[in-house]
Amino acid sequence: MSGAAREGIGQPVRRKEDFRFITGNGHYTDDISRPRQTYAYFLRSPHAHARIRSIDTSEAEKAPGVAGIFTGRHVADDGLGGLICGWTVTSKDGTPMKVGPHPILALDTVRYVGDHVAMVVAETLAEARAAAELIEVDYEALPAAVSLGSCQKPDAAQVHPEAPRNTCFEWELGNKAETEAAFAKAARVVKLDLTNNRLIPNAMEPRAAIGEYDKGSGIYTLHTTSQNPHVARLVLSAFVGVAPEHKLRVIAPDVGGGFGSKIFIYAEETACVWAAAKLGRPIKWTADRSEAFLSDAHGRDHLSHAELALDADGKFLGLRVKTIANLGAYLSTFSAAVPTYLYGTLLSGQYDIPAIYVEVDGVYTHTAPVDAYRGAGRPEATYLVERMVETAARETGIDPADIRRRNFIRSFPHQTPVIMNYDAGDYQASLDAALEAIDYKGFAARKSDAAKRGKLRGIGISSYIEACGIAPSAAVGSLGAGVGLWESAEVRVNPTGNVEVLTGSHSHGQGHETTFAQLVASRLGIPLSNVEIVHGDTDKVQFGMGTYGSRSGAVGMSAIVKALEKIEAKAKKIAAHLMEAAVEDITFENGAFTVQGTDKSLAWAEVSLAAYTAHGFPSGEIEPGLKEGAFYDPANFTFPAGAHVCEVEIDPDTGIVEIVKFVAVDDFGTIINPMIVEGQVHGGIAQGIGQALLEHGVYDPASGQLVTGSYMDYCMPRADDLPSFTLGFTKTVCPSNPLGMKGCGEAGAIAAPPAIINAVTDALGIRDIEMPATPARVWQALQSAAPRAAAE
Amino acid sequence: MYQFNYERPKTLADAEALLAKSDDPKILAGGQTLIPTLKQRLAMPSDLIDIGGIKDLDFIRAEGDAVMIGAATRHAKVAQSAEVKKHNPALAALAAGIGDPAVRHMGTLGGSIANNDPAADYPAACLALDAKIHTTKRLIEADEFFKGMFETALQDGEIIKEVTFPHPEKAAYMKFRNPASRYAMVGVFVSKGPWGIRVAVTGAGQNGVFRVKEMEEALAKNWSPDAVANIKLPAKGLNADLHGSAEYRAHLVTVMAKRAVAAAG
Ligand SMILES: Cc1cc2nc3c(=O)[nH]c(=O)nc-3n(C[C@H](O)[C@H](O)[C@H](O)COP(=O)(O)OP(=O)(O)OC[C@H]3O[C@@H](n4cnc5c(N)ncnc54)[C@H](O)[C@@H]3O)c2cc1C
Repeated sequence: MSGAAREGIGQPVRRKEDFRFITGNGHYTDDISRPRQTYAYFLRSPHAHARIRSIDTSEAEKAPGVAGIFTGRHVADDGLGGLICGWTVTSKDGTPMKVGPHPILALDTVRYVGDHVAMVVAETLAEARAAAELIEVDYEALPAAVSLGSCQKPDAAQVHPEAPRNTCFEWELGNKAETEAAFAKAARVVKLDLTNNRLIPNAMEPRAAIGEYDKGSGIYTLHTTSQNPHVARLVLSAFVGVAPEHKLRVIAPDVGGGFGSKIFIYAEETACVWAAAKLGRPIKWTADRSEAFLSDAHGRDHLSHAELALDADGKFLGLRVKTIANLGAYLSTFSAAVPTYLYGTLLSGQYDIPAIYVEVDGVYTHTAPVDAYRGAGRPEATYLVERMVETAARETGIDPADIRRRNFIRSFPHQTPVIMNYDAGDYQASLDAALEAIDYKGFAARKSDAAKRGKLRGIGISSYIEACGIAPSAAVGSLGAGVGLWESAEVRVNPTGNVEVLTGSHSHGQGHETTFAQLVASRLGIPLSNVEIVHGDTDKVQFGMGTYGSRSGAVGMSAIVKALEKIEAKAKKIAAHLMEAAVEDITFENGAFTVQGTDKSLAWAEVSLAAYTAHGFPSGEIEPGLKEGAFYDPANFTFPAGAHVCEVEIDPDTGIVEIVKFVAVDDFGTIINPMIVEGQVHGGIAQGIGQALLEHGVYDPASGQLVTGSYMDYCMPRADDLPSFTLGFTKTVCPSNPLGMKGCGEAGAIAAPPAIINAVTDALGIRDIEMPATPARVWQALQSAAPRAAAE
Repeated sequence: MYQFNYERPKTLADAEALLAKSDDPKILAGGQTLIPTLKQRLAMPSDLIDIGGIKDLDFIRAEGDAVMIGAATRHAKVAQSAEVKKHNPALAALAAGIGDPAVRHMGTLGGSIANNDPAADYPAACLALDAKIHTTKRLIEADEFFKGMFETALQDGEIIKEVTFPHPEKAAYMKFRNPASRYAMVGVFVSKGPWGIRVAVTGAGQNGVFRVKEMEEALAKNWSPDAVANIKLPAKGLNADLHGSAEYRAHLVTVMAKRAVAAAG
């Protein structure tokens, strides 16, 4: 195999970035130190809800090493705006969502435990922390609205006066009348109340920032842990007003995981860059893990009631859903979009459901803000749909695989009743492959064998679909997005033929430096090592929308393809000139330009050099240089889909659930690097297992204190919690982008939870169990079920 | 962390002298509990007396019918010790199940029992194996040592030197891990030896480790898992939290006791 073939599209190339990460040579924000740097510590609210009567910083200011102390008063005096939500959701009655202000530092009220009250800047972190203890905040503690189930009651404490009954929006999607009609003619209606548990992201690297200001140029620089540095710059300049866009540079260097939590523009990073100018010194802040638990945006947290209407043959007629989604105390950057347009639009699942109607109340509580977390809305949708389908199968007595087959969408494009237009897929192919891999037919035998060993065995299917590659800018614009969701790329060919690719996508664990380079290397016929992927710096990359929603492949790489096409076109022109042939006669293959039908040929590096020597270019026809840029706006979302099937064994004595088999068959369209894709699927499933069995962000309902504020109580998945995964792939090419890619980053987290809970409830013979299905909950479920079973 | 003086004496006598003359000293062993406490600013000792430099506190010795383990001996060393594995395999297995490898290579026996975390493992072993705790001042029977949650019989300035574990005839420890922390949500140590039969439970009790007399009596009559299968602890007085109710913990005590007896053979 030639080098290009070994490194090209479809090859499991080892990640270029791993050597530096594994050898400790990465450059994360906290690794960077700036001359005369100071350290910030944030004093946080110990109360879920309190009025701030006064803040006395006089003693703290005298403490050793203190360089400055900032409160909400300073922020207000500077006329700084608050943090924003970049997506406006409109309620059923046509009113826009009700937004309470989100100040950088609290002014007169704190609204969750961990809310930022004051920033202390000192020569060392220890001094900043010590000084913070000397700040006297006179709080008037107030009752808090903590529970999702009761925060809309008339007597509940109010988070924002702007939002009566703590209701930010009452959104709807679908056709209510058609859905009512579908239910009216149903042979059977399946009903279920479902909880989607609150999760806390826990990227390996906590959030961090270094803000600085250069007096000479008036330029602000923010190094930060961001998944989308350009969006951060835009928000900080246009909305918060820290500095004009051209005077603000945002750099997101190596970032150690994000999972969504680093999309958002937070108070701490903002305060660092703002205060750096006031102090005239760089300010560094790195969250510790306890702060991360309190102040990173959390994920999920829904309560839903769902009803599925079926005809006598088990065909779905309609789906009706009412969801209450927790937004936390303040709207975060994308929080309004997550439980609405990223959730309601996926409620058709893989199924032909003629009528769907969903209502979502987005509500405020005195808890940390809730926003996108790996999957963002789609795990919640998939969980609901797949739990409903499973329940329908059990209640109708139709085999769970069969009821899915009866309802699969089989012709494309398919317009769902909830906006999405699915472009391609073969849902039965992935389900059949997954059932084959897990030996579905042999399950009954395995179950009775398990029973002999005193174990309860269950199997669960999840046929998921998600919408990735967000998104056509026009579509999201009409749905309330404040931004367009295209991507940019710039390909710079150097005279010696090696290539720099500047992308607006951001890699924080996804391996772009490898996969993007594979694309470029294979298109240009050059070695992988001759391609450098540049990202994460607003001074280098002109603009970009960043990485989330599994969009970097489908959108970011498509932009690169567009730029490469322009490069190829120009290089052909140069080659034609050099070889005195017509452009139409030039072919470009395996890194060589050839005049068709002749043996005249030029190597890539000869043409790239000629582009810069530019000797004798016909003036006006060919400009010197070889550099092209492109913006790519996708034609549609992409729709990765597949089937995850899981088998569990439960020890009835202890309630421990063991996942004994886990099969995932995914259709991601074109795959650039199967090894990286498998890694993404593994990580996603790990997080899905975390949600289903282990993880739970819990606040004390009365006090609003975060009960799961450390790993002593918040159960992150560990290697020994996970089984060995069996992966498979089916392929329908995505027609909506040039590479046919769909996206793979979130599938595992989306698909796994319902597969697991379907298996657990199958094993236990119960309708539902709340996630996480901890041993205690499973045991409790068995206690409640046992007398009933005995009575039967 | 708040500021403190740091001392690393070479001998026990020096350590005692430093403890005596400091304002508000704390002994530092493996630091697995103390250092996080300091980092969270939940303690403000004037002096840390690090006993890690005292060679006499780090040993494992089998003598006669007992194994002696120095207070500063790390869990990993106990887990791997040929002597412990030979004479007291249940104790080696218990040490091997504490925390993770990093914790086991730092945490010490003395630190664990001095701390007396209600979810720690070693207290169950000490109580069930009728261990003798030797300090710089006296010998304390395990039965007298554990005084409640995070409380022990230790006085100010008293350093644990070693713990003597008499060899059991039969013993086993069964631990039900808290899914998040991996400490014991319920751990049951059963033993048979010169002291008779003992059943010690950690993790479950609001006052830390305790013995279950009813199970001990039942096992004395009939050493078999069935003997304890129907002995249920009252839920009252047991821990209840996010990870499990008191009823669940009571149930787990029975399950773990049964499994421990089965494992002890
Ligand atoms: C992530 C993690 C997981 C853990 N999991 C478990 C687990 O599963 N099971 C378990 O049992 N434990 C567990 N531990 C606790 C750990 O194993 C140690 O036993 C415990 O932290 C105390 O031992 P140390 O040597 O670290 O003591 P230190 O933290 O140094 O000291 C603890 C206390 O004991 C005092 N002290 C120490 N040595 C002596 C002495 N010789 N005489 C008198 N006083 C003394 C100190 O002054 C201090 O008050 C875990 C700890 C961590 C960090």
